[in-house]
Amino acid sequence: MSGTYLGMPPFPAAAREAVRDEVLRGNLRRATHTIRDKRARAVAELADWDRLRAAGKAVKDHTLRHLDHYLLQLEEAVTAAGGTVHWAADADEANRIVTELVRATGEREVVKVKSMATQEIGLNEALEAAGIAAYETDLAELIVQLGHDRPSHILVPAIHRNRAEIRDIFRAEMGDWGRPAPASLGDDPRELAEAARLHLREKFLRAKVAVSGANFMVAETGTMVVLESEGNGRMCLTLPETLISVVGIEKVVPTFRDLEIFLQTLPRSSTAERMNPYTTMWTGVTDGDGPAAFHLVLLDNGRTDTLADETGRQALRCIRCSACLNVCPVYERAGGHAYGSVYPGPIGAILSPQLRGTGSEIDASLPYASTLCGACYEVCPVAIDIPEVLVHLRERVAQGGPVTRDGIRVTLRPADGHTAERAAMRAARLLLDHPGALRAGERLLARARRLAPRRLPGAGRAWTDSRELPTVAAQSFRDWWARERSTPR
Amino acid sequence: MRAALFVTCVNDALYPRTGIAVVRLLERLGVGVDFPAAQSCCGQPQYNTGYRYETEPLMRRTARAFAKHAYVVTPSGSCAAMIREHYPRIGRKAAAEGRGSELADAAAALAPRVYELTEFLVDVLGVTDVGAYFPHTVTYHPSCHGLRGLGLGDRPRRLLAEVKGLDLVELPGAEECCGFGGTFAVKNPDVSTAMGTDKITAAAGTGAQVLCGADNSCLAHLDGLLRRADSPMRALHLAEILAATEGEPLP
Ligand code: SF4
Repeated sequence: MSGTYLGMPPFPAAAREAVRDEVLRGNLRRATHTIRDKRARAVAELADWDRLRAAGKAVKDHTLRHLDHYLLQLEEAVTAAGGTVHWAADADEANRIVTELVRATGEREVVKVKSMATQEIGLNEALEAAGIAAYETDLAELIVQLGHDRPSHILVPAIHRNRAEIRDIFRAEMGDWGRPAPASLGDDPRELAEAARLHLREKFLRAKVAVSGANFMVAETGTMVVLESEGNGRMCLTLPETLISVVGIEKVVPTFRDLEIFLQTLPRSSTAERMNPYTTMWTGVTDGDGPAAFHLVLLDNGRTDTLADETGRQALRCIRCSACLNVCPVYERAGGHAYGSVYPGPIGAILSPQLRGTGSEIDASLPYASTLCGACYEVCPVAIDIPEVLVHLRERVAQGGPVTRDGIRVTLRPADGHTAERAAMRAARLLLDHPGALRAGERLLARARRLAPRRLPGAGRAWTDSRELPTVAAQSFRDWWARERSTPR
Repeated sequence: MRAALFVTCVNDALYPRTGIAVVRLLERLGVGVDFPAAQSCCGQPQYNTGYRYETEPLMRRTARAFAKHAYVVTPSGSCAAMIREHYPRIGRKAAAEGRGSELADAAAALAPRVYELTEFLVDVLGVTDVGAYFPHTVTYHPSCHGLRGLGLGDRPRRLLAEVKGLDLVELPGAEECCGFGGTFAVKNPDVSTAMGTDKITAAAGTGAQVLCGADNSCLAHLDGLLRRADSPMRALHLAEILAATEGEPLP
């Protein structure tokens, strides 16, 4: 995945900063609570939501099981419709392919439709290094790009920013990239949107090359589908001469009819809308209409390795609706940046350590960035059991185990830094598995209870820094029972 | 009717009052209570932290300890969810690793006989009025594993609503996690504390004197925050409220 996040501190350290940032927490709280309430209402309107959810899960599972078949079918259909298909094993290869394609057009700039896949591979940075400017055209993505910032949400990458911050960014930065913001720009949403519209219009009309991702790829017809709310994506998908789409291989669905399910579940889950405002579909190229050249770059980048894991593969069902982020109490406090990836929140916590491996500190800490409260599973429109995958990945970090890396089955050793924890877990288990010893331990604890310090050293400090310890009871339940009930009354 | 009490390790060592309350309550309702001494921890902390192999012996022990009981009652939604949801999963994994079906069989034999306290009261005994008396204002926090894992729904609140003298007030944002999350509380202390602080702030806003829950680990976290903040509110397990009567009030 992208090198943007190399050297990220582990989640707890990154989250500490965010928790203390009152403005950030306020922004996040407002935004996530508004959308989560709206989503709940939009979903409650459909009597067959559970069946749609089950159907979405089934279609995705079926496709993933026969992914090779559907990808080949897709390639055939796209090619027959006049497009060209490229296969990219990893981020570097995908970036190289796109850079070459842009170079071949002779252009030095591209307009971009908001896309997670291109962020995942760090495409903008790669293009910049090759002397090609990539302009984000999604409003929130534009805010992030102008602010030299990183996205913090799948759907609303600038969710961590409030209106005043956005006004300041527009005023200070727009001029360096194109049409400047009016000097009198205020922080009214309408004014901000208008400034962005004028700034972007210039780019749409000039650009010869566009880069996009896709929400779905239909294998039988070779149709690409993008859902968005602003219409800016549609401008990019229809105006330029060349269109390059970078799409993760898990985005394929078998038939056009399958879209029926996701076009109902995705908008309601993500923006709480009954129907998506702009749904653009294109199938290869058509003379005199839309781009004259279409390239599809199919991205693996850790996906087939993820597919090899029986429990973890369900993460590939994700349709990036971001509902799980919006209900996650940890995301709400820690913010998106703490997850050290373009995929924040619960889905990020299970996707990143699978796509990137658990080798880095941040990736090894992500499976623990959850209380396993289950709110994410409850809202997920394709029923990804995120808590189950989190526990599965914790096991990988704490105990090691078999994984597939670059198509090869290897056995991971436990991650560093878990030695003390492992010893403690083992000691606790030994004690708990010997009720006699446990009872003796409880008595010792009860006798020492008056000595209990208010603050503990070492690992215990994490508890006592902010919370009182529970008071140890004078006698355990076991002892009470032995005294009161073991002899029949 | 007889039922076995699975008291859980947390209640055994730190909150024996909850176990005692369950015994008093069930006996009052005419249920004979057994306490198999061979029981221990269900293994939830180990499993949830990623130590599945350390969980297996505890799982075996739990299955053995309750092998003979038609009803196993526990005053902890998360431990009940561990046995009902995760034991079968652990069994399947062991089988997939070529270690036979012993764990899967043990899980299948135990899981359907385990009841969280409010399930046992409402579904098995068919009561919501347990004859309790508790003249205080109470707000209820439904812990995640009870709420989403077991789907306890409004059972706890129905039980509380029937308690004489008790004034039940709704907790805003009740369904949100309190931030305990087992080892999450020490692995991510800042986020955990932020979540818990929001929870006790919401609880304080209701004007309740008591913050009630049905999982003592969540309550340990919330009570720890309440006491550090010198709050007059106390965190109390549901079982203790249901066990209290006019004649035998909360000790
Ligand atoms: S995991 Fe589920 S809820 Fe989260 S973004 Fe993906 S599809 Fe949406």
